[in-house]
Amino acid sequence: MTNEIVIETKNLSKVFKEVKAVENLSLNVYKGDVFGFLGPNGAGKSTTIRMLLTLISPTSGSIKLFGEDLRKKRVDLLRKVGSIIEKPDFYNYLSAYKNLEILGRISGIEIERKKIMSILELVGLEKRYKSKVKTYSHGMKQRLGIAQALLHNPELIILDEPTTGLDPQGMKEIRDLIVFLSREEGKTIFLSSHILHEVELVANRMIIINKGSAQVEGDVKELLNKDSLKVTFEVDDSEAAKKSIANMRWVNHVNSAVDNKIIFSIAPEEISELNKHFVENGIGVNAIIPTRSLEEYFLSITEKGTG
Amino acid sequence: MISLINIELYKIFKKWRSYIGFIAIAVLVPLIQIAMLLEGERSFDMMTRNIQQSFIFVGNLLNGYFISYLILNSLVIHIPFLVTLVAGDLLAGEATAGTYRILISRPISRTTLVLSKFISGMIYSALLILWLACISLGLGYSLFGSGELIVIKASGIIIFAKNDILWRFLLAYGTAALSMMVVASLAFLFSSLVENAIGPIITTMTVIIIFVIISAIQIDIFETIKPFLFTNYMSVWGEFFEDPIELSDIFKSCAVLTGHILVFFTAALIIFKRKDILT
Repeated sequence: MTNEIVIETKNLSKVFKEVKAVENLSLNVYKGDVFGFLGPNGAGKSTTIRMLLTLISPTSGSIKLFGEDLRKKRVDLLRKVGSIIEKPDFYNYLSAYKNLEILGRISGIEIERKKIMSILELVGLEKRYKSKVKTYSHGMKQRLGIAQALLHNPELIILDEPTTGLDPQGMKEIRDLIVFLSREEGKTIFLSSHILHEVELVANRMIIINKGSAQVEGDVKELLNKDSLKVTFEVDDSEAAKKSIANMRWVNHVNSAVDNKIIFSIAPEEISELNKHFVENGIGVNAIIPTRSLEEYFLSITEKGTG
Repeated sequence: MISLINIELYKIFKKWRSYIGFIAIAVLVPLIQIAMLLEGERSFDMMTRNIQQSFIFVGNLLNGYFISYLILNSLVIHIPFLVTLVAGDLLAGEATAGTYRILISRPISRTTLVLSKFISGMIYSALLILWLACISLGLGYSLFGSGELIVIKASGIIIFAKNDILWRFLLAYGTAALSMMVVASLAFLFSSLVENAIGPIITTMTVIIIFVIISAIQIDIFETIKPFLFTNYMSVWGEFFEDPIELSDIFKSCAVLTGHILVFFTAALIIFKRKDILT
């Protein structure tokens, strides 16, 4: 990641009749970022992505890609962008190969057969390249969607729910592909997803939006660790464990204790200290499970916005 | 641009619906010609009954030209429907299929995109008329041979010499193609407004039917409106079968038709450029 800004929106807004879909959204995506774009349904994610791709025009605000005004240099800038927007739709009466060939030519580039085949291989569709897209499953279309996004070797890849309809193995493959594209190919990825775990695994930076407005933006790890974590200690004797901390500060940080599981709200650096304490007092610690996930963080942010 | 037009034409001709027009013509025209082969003499007698007392008809008057003239006269009203099937689908079809998104997010200007689709629609319309010309004249000539062309009108009859006919047909088909392009442009305009191809097809046909009815009814108020209806100029092809040919009428009609094409295209372009793609 560098300080070069690839996507910059300033006070971006979109109003449909009386509905404010996006309101004063400002965000920065840096070169090399895998940028998670999160928000509940109806938060304005797809509207924002459509504005980034010039499918819809903003009511107000500005969008810069690679430091240049998108409105003024639309065609030049879109040459550097590959995207999947919501569900993957293609010319169903054409083969996957022909779809890619046509999309390449519309992009103004003649793509060699070898290149198309290598992209189809990358997404695991090389054996079905001749089949008409109407015979494809949703998952296959999703893979083809990724193929068309990579077709012209873009610097920025915008992915809107790229794993929808894929099986767990397919989802993992797409995650791996995102990591590969980011780390090995140096691509900047703008990833909108409902699967928060997915974002947590691949993104380095993120923004959470709700009701069209940004709620929080920053480094994924920093945001998740900003406040105290909820950590579940699974011990062999919970009563003994509770007694051992009766006169210690941690007693005030016990959230709940059910069966042999005690949940603490503590800072990350305290986990090892507490673990050491239990072990020194002869209490077996079977597992330490941090429960402060992106999902929980996401809910806390979006519920705050709702309330 | 040429590459984009090729792509659009490829997409058009990969769709089954694009062949409906060609198939309809390929079925209908031979059907009419076979019927004329079987009962043509009787029909010709009926058509010329009123003037048989004044004229003696000699030679092969029931020939390929005469049949082609009859076919052009009757089918030019119905071909617009075949044109709208494709033209109405050019933009709205992308919305229905959901392919607007991958298309418009490509590095290509909306103007270029619309223009390439529009030109493809115009080419399709012209090809349909070319197909009609080939089947009509080709099959007509094979079945009925050639001869002089007799054109029967309310004002009288005109007989064109054998060597004075073909160029008239070529220009008539040319102007018929121009008329079909107006229809295609209107369907294209409606196509830019909606997300489903059925709407533009039905709306275009409704407009044409209403305009044709208004043009046909002899009421003063309709007579005032008539010059402003593009359908009024779509029968310009018939001017080539007049003697003498009124060139000023032909130029005027062609200019009005071309003007309509430009207006419909410009409106479609403005609408499409401002359109938010929500499908």
